[in-house]
Amino acid sequence: MDILTWTWIIVGASFALYIGIAIWSRAKSTGEFYVAAKQVHPVLNGMATGADWMSAASFISMAGMISFLGRDGAMYLMGWTGGYVLLAMLLAPYLRKYGKYTVPMFVGERYYSQTARVVAVVCAIFVSFVYVAGQMRGVGVVFSRFLEVDINIGVLIGMGIVFFYAVLGGMKGITYTQVAQYCVLIVAYLIPAIFISIMLTNIPIPQIGFGASLSDAGAKLLNTDAGYLLEKLDMVHKDLGFPAYTGRGAKSIIDVFAITLVLMVGTAGLPHIIIRFFTTPTIKGARASAGWALLFIAILYTTAPAVASFARFNMIQTLNNVSYTDAPSWFKNWEKTGLVAWKDKNGDGKIQYAKGDAFKGKVEFAKDSEGKPLRGQYGERVVKTPINDKTKNELYVDNDIIVLANPEIAKLPAWVVALVAAGGLAAALSTAAGLLLVISSALSHDLLKNVILPRMSEKTELIWARVAAGVAVIMAGYLGINPPGFVAQVVAFAFGLAASSFFPVIIMGIFWKKTTKEGAIAGMLTGITFTASYIIYFKFINPAANVAANWWFGISPEGIGMIGMIINIIVTFVVSKMTKEPPKEVQDMVASLRYPREIT
Amino acid sequence: MSEQTQKRFESYWKENLFLILVLLSIWFTVSYLFGIIFADQLDSIRFFGFPLGFWFANQGSIMIFVVLIAVYVRLMNKLDEKYDVHEK
Repeated sequence: MDILTWTWIIVGASFALYIGIAIWSRAKSTGEFYVAAKQVHPVLNGMATGADWMSAASFISMAGMISFLGRDGAMYLMGWTGGYVLLAMLLAPYLRKYGKYTVPMFVGERYYSQTARVVAVVCAIFVSFVYVAGQMRGVGVVFSRFLEVDINIGVLIGMGIVFFYAVLGGMKGITYTQVAQYCVLIVAYLIPAIFISIMLTNIPIPQIGFGASLSDAGAKLLNTDAGYLLEKLDMVHKDLGFPAYTGRGAKSIIDVFAITLVLMVGTAGLPHIIIRFFTTPTIKGARASAGWALLFIAILYTTAPAVASFARFNMIQTLNNVSYTDAPSWFKNWEKTGLVAWKDKNGDGKIQYAKGDAFKGKVEFAKDSEGKPLRGQYGERVVKTPINDKTKNELYVDNDIIVLANPEIAKLPAWVVALVAAGGLAAALSTAAGLLLVISSALSHDLLKNVILPRMSEKTELIWARVAAGVAVIMAGYLGINPPGFVAQVVAFAFGLAASSFFPVIIMGIFWKKTTKEGAIAGMLTGITFTASYIIYFKFINPAANVAANWWFGISPEGIGMIGMIINIIVTFVVSKMTKEPPKEVQDMVASLRYPREIT
Repeated sequence: MSEQTQKRFESYWKENLFLILVLLSIWFTVSYLFGIIFADQLDSIRFFGFPLGFWFANQGSIMIFVVLIAVYVRLMNKLDEKYDVHEK
């Protein structure tokens, strides 16, 4: 059977499984719809959180980004895992003790202010929509690459599936589908990684393999001599004029520090992650659940850097100075999708890889008048994009290729390629569903039930929750088909915005009883205004000035949320000191969050 | 709430804060100090085939994060029982 048939079978089977779970676990009450009736076992909740957290970007793009960044790439690895330590110790148990359904609801009650709650609703919806548009796009991209259908049709199929289980099952349906999706995505990620590790080092554990010596077969395959894999990779890098792979990259220490902190704190402030800890039966369970979640996430996140270095090494050695006609078949297969491209700048018929971008701008292929792709003298696709003549580099490689082409690089059978497609879809769909639930509960519970129609019955609220989920799916799909230009820019900054607004307010609300309403509102506003202004100035108003020399303290717009967070904390503290203490019942409520048992 | 209960709850909370402080110091050390600030210096030490700073940044810090949560969960469960504030 060929790859396409396998892909339809495996993707189809995984979708049937998700639908089956949705029918079995449909929600019957608002409690089930919002927080799965708080009956989710901590280990299962950990798995669901893992799938919720790991998006299309973690699955498809992250290993590639690390592969091109070297050690600097660790800011993503540490940044997207370290936040769980903060969640387990500073957030999850106390919010679980609070026990209500949404993050805006906590903010509203803790700060005894309907305004604070509405502001929190708007923030939660904004962050979630920005994020979910990217996921829907991700579903479309996986469909188009593996199943040769149009991206928009892919988005529509994804919408249909998510619509079905999110509307029917609510949090309960989403949780159990996410458990299945975690299993699919982790198997799909590990199989190629394990086989490549064996191929190069004879060690079946990638985490150990990439720090081990090359096997004889591996050394032969990579056209090098025996020795530590990473040492050899550093040498190859130096020969090509790159900085050592394991050494310091292009970014300054302060910038890597700030970005890592923003990603960690931002993770702990994202509503769709926080809300998962509302679903466990006990506070003990909520703490344990954060640990399980991180364990399940760490399995993928410690494999990714191994995949990155294997693939980086393999890519350089099998392509650099190799004539196009002899290039491996995966290169030609993926050339069709535009993820790799080559232009023979020096006319020797060989691919040369070096520092710098090979082309100026987005790579596009030339087509003839009938729309068929033009071929060059060696059969390669002709690139329309002008070349960058400042570098000898002739090769364009997209980040995503590192994961997508992995099974072919390891010469694995067609069904493994199909499994990677199903894994990518599982990662995108599970994250999309978690975000849609946040939007739906913010609309139906925080806005409708609380502000507009406080007297509606539970049954009516459940209907509205489903309607809100349905509307959210349709809007997310619309954004996936017509992605507004700012989405890609904004996703990268969602963490900075969350870090400089939500996180300090929630943490201080729990750990300092005397944080006042005025303090929290002033802190959120200054933190988010500062961060957003800095980002907007360097990214949209004056992009030409976006260089290290102009940054404050050498911190890039990606990392500036760290300063925004510090400003937020200081302002909240000073204003709280100057304003009237919170009412006694609020202080008592904060005190009660600190002890697992109900105080009587 | 009696004064005694109040005292019990307060010392429970203090022990919790101390535990968080200790564990978050380790969290900070393995990621920000070992993986970022002193990574260059640590890289001169070899840990199997890894330069040590690179290993902390790519593997070690993440594995230690998992251990930190596991330790917190265990110690907190004990602390809950010791101060008799666990859920019934």
